[in-house]
Amino acid sequence: MQAVRAILTRLLTTAVTLFGVAVIVFVVIRVVPGNPIAMMLPPGATEADIARLTALYGLDKSIPQQFLIWGAGVLRGDFGTSITTRQPVLSLVLGRLPATLELSAMALVMAVVIGGLAALAGTRFREGRAEAALDVANGMALSVPDFLWGLILILLFGVLFPVFSISGRVTPSLDLPFTSNFYLVESILRLRLDLTRDLLAHMFMPALALAIPLAAIIGQLLKQSLKETMHLDYVTLARTKGYGETRVILREALRNAVLPTLTLVGVQFTFLIGGTVIIERLFSYEGLGNMAIDAVINRDLPLIQGIVILFAVIFTGVNLIVDLAYAALNPRLRNV
Amino acid sequence: MDLHRRSLLQLSAATAALGITGIPARAQGIEELVIAYNVNLPSWDPTVGPSAVNPTIQGLYQSVFDQFILQQPDLLPAPGLLTEWGWNDDKTKVSMTVREGVTWHDGSPFTAEDVAWSLTRAADEKTGNPIQFIWSTLGNITASGNTVTADVTRFEPTIFKWMYFLTGYVMPKAYYEKVGAEGFEAAPIGTGPYMVEKFERNAFVRLKANAAYWGGKPDFDTVTIKFVTDAAARVAEVESGNAHVTLEMPYEEYDRLKGGGTLAGTAAPISDIGMIFLNDIEAMTDPNVRKAAAHAIDKQTIINRLLSGYGVAIDTLQTPEYEAYDATIRVPYDEAAAIAALAASGFGPDNPVRFKIQTTKGFKPKDYEMVQAIVGLWRKVGIEAEIEVYEIAKHYELRAADQLAPAAFYNWGNSVGDPTTSTGFAMFGPSPHSVWDGEDLAGMIGPLWGEADEAKRIEGWKAVDRYVAENALVIPLLQYVQPILSAPGVTVTPHASGALLPHLMKRA
Repeated sequence: MQAVRAILTRLLTTAVTLFGVAVIVFVVIRVVPGNPIAMMLPPGATEADIARLTALYGLDKSIPQQFLIWGAGVLRGDFGTSITTRQPVLSLVLGRLPATLELSAMALVMAVVIGGLAALAGTRFREGRAEAALDVANGMALSVPDFLWGLILILLFGVLFPVFSISGRVTPSLDLPFTSNFYLVESILRLRLDLTRDLLAHMFMPALALAIPLAAIIGQLLKQSLKETMHLDYVTLARTKGYGETRVILREALRNAVLPTLTLVGVQFTFLIGGTVIIERLFSYEGLGNMAIDAVINRDLPLIQGIVILFAVIFTGVNLIVDLAYAALNPRLRNV
Repeated sequence: MDLHRRSLLQLSAATAALGITGIPARAQGIEELVIAYNVNLPSWDPTVGPSAVNPTIQGLYQSVFDQFILQQPDLLPAPGLLTEWGWNDDKTKVSMTVREGVTWHDGSPFTAEDVAWSLTRAADEKTGNPIQFIWSTLGNITASGNTVTADVTRFEPTIFKWMYFLTGYVMPKAYYEKVGAEGFEAAPIGTGPYMVEKFERNAFVRLKANAAYWGGKPDFDTVTIKFVTDAAARVAEVESGNAHVTLEMPYEEYDRLKGGGTLAGTAAPISDIGMIFLNDIEAMTDPNVRKAAAHAIDKQTIINRLLSGYGVAIDTLQTPEYEAYDATIRVPYDEAAAIAALAASGFGPDNPVRFKIQTTKGFKPKDYEMVQAIVGLWRKVGIEAEIEVYEIAKHYELRAADQLAPAAFYNWGNSVGDPTTSTGFAMFGPSPHSVWDGEDLAGMIGPLWGEADEAKRIEGWKAVDRYVAENALVIPLLQYVQPILSAPGVTVTPHASGALLPHLMKRA
């Protein structure tokens, strides 16, 4: 009962947060310099032309009036129409979300694998040259921003050793039999491994660019937790039973050491989705982030609102899931 | 399991293999021409919304749609869907002859009715055509046989030039009325050289050659245009062979790749200029300050050093391709003249005049660096300018509200080359695009808007340009050069409008 109440409380605070985000975004993008009408004015437009276009896009009303109109639409599931693409915002945003989710998920998997392996290796070979080398690599991975990793990867795997595709999500000449925009998931489910391969080839570099800094963070934190755990009594007991060091790490220490990393991964996943904005642009990946940049450049107010609201839903949703997962995994929190 | 170095290596190799499972489809020969394009295409309707007035995507539109009148690579008009056009003697009516035997991409016949409907729709303010103020100068538009006629409600000397400029596209009446705006976005058709086969917004458009194109079937049957907005990624696309053609990369990269022996390059001037708007406020109300600011800029050195020589120095808002270009109007680099002008107003290096200059950073090649260089040159003669960097969206808003700083760097495109769409709109005070409010200049420009005598009109604009130059009411800087790289097997014909057109690309 307590758990249900806690979840309901979280959902309520999430709703309040989303409302707050909506108000802030709505007001801020209308107050900052640069309005969409000025962007589309041709040379020679008159004051009457400006007034006509302003009214056509509903920007002649006060900000509170605009918000009420937009809010009423949102409650009906209508997020408005994009000014630049002239398509419904909701379908545009939901159409792009799967691409970004797949990319983020792939980056997360890569980060966990790379960071996890680095942490295990660092713990296994602690105090030695291997750990020092891993620490140096970790430092480099952390200090170079993801977009720069993107450029390095383009140079390496796009130009010098052209193994992966540089831009896009899928080869344009391929026919896609998909019914959803979760291309990668659907290609696997349909056993269309040729398409899976093509999608992975397009996804590899942007996902790795996103994953490298996160992998460094995961590796650092997990290694620190593991090293602390390796001094605990039950680990010493396992050693006295004659278990090898690797088995001690994997079977005994890892389970307890992984909890702080799990929380971090959850929080970082939301940042990772935010990071897709620049990376998707760099790799011309047709996700939400790429669309967000266009929307901002063109001052496409309805589209910016839709994207920000969706990002906010994802952020709050992921945080909620992480909290619940943490509570489920941590025995001390189960009855709280 | 013990974790040894070998097992770690095996795990790493397996991780890497996950990625390598997907080797990309490499360039599949020149049968499918791949172009790495520098901007996205937000919307397919070339007559409404912000995309319609975005010069950088007109090349995509012109691949699918025809304009009323064809524009040749040298900017001159030629018969297109309209084969003849003109006014009656007293300029109260226009008449246009429509090409016969043309079909839409769905196979239906193109008729004069399509032209009449397109013009009527463009003039209707409810459709949201940003150039409606021009199209509405025609009324009572009717089709009869292969002729379209209209009444002139207000004489607009450039009306036929707009027919190969922004929003001047012929749309399919029957198809559009059948599928609606949303259906048209999903499956656009035109009469142009290419048909849309597949479109993924922010990713690519795949085009199929229109075998029945009235101008002849294009050389390449299939063209994929990938939207690669990052310049480094575009260069990588063409360098790796994933794309055959790309454009708008840093000039240093252009020189490096062109000199590599594999890729061919063209770098031709286009109808896009860099300029500094002067707002008649604060220090800019002093003609000596303006003249000093103009004379102190060594444009050619800036072009040579910052743009690797790719640019054409200009002294008016007309480029050599424009109709009102007058080579005798000069504002030379003259440091002594700049110092003398400032001294006449009591300014000098020890007592500099101060004002703000606004600029974008990265919107155009080396924009910020150019302004930095200009500020350095100004400092030498006694001008202390503070640089403010802003987004292009802010520039538009400030300009429309007449709130630009005393000086503001901007670029101006004018692919029809008419003086009204360069000097006219940039310098006519009542226009929301001008920040120079001087009534003397507005008085000179005013009568030219409706001037029916073409020779007199062009001479009038030249006189305006001379007046602008002599009084330093704006500082024209350079005409941009567009770098294009192409792989062996394809020859690119550059278009002076800056549009990269696949149907002008030929097999080498």
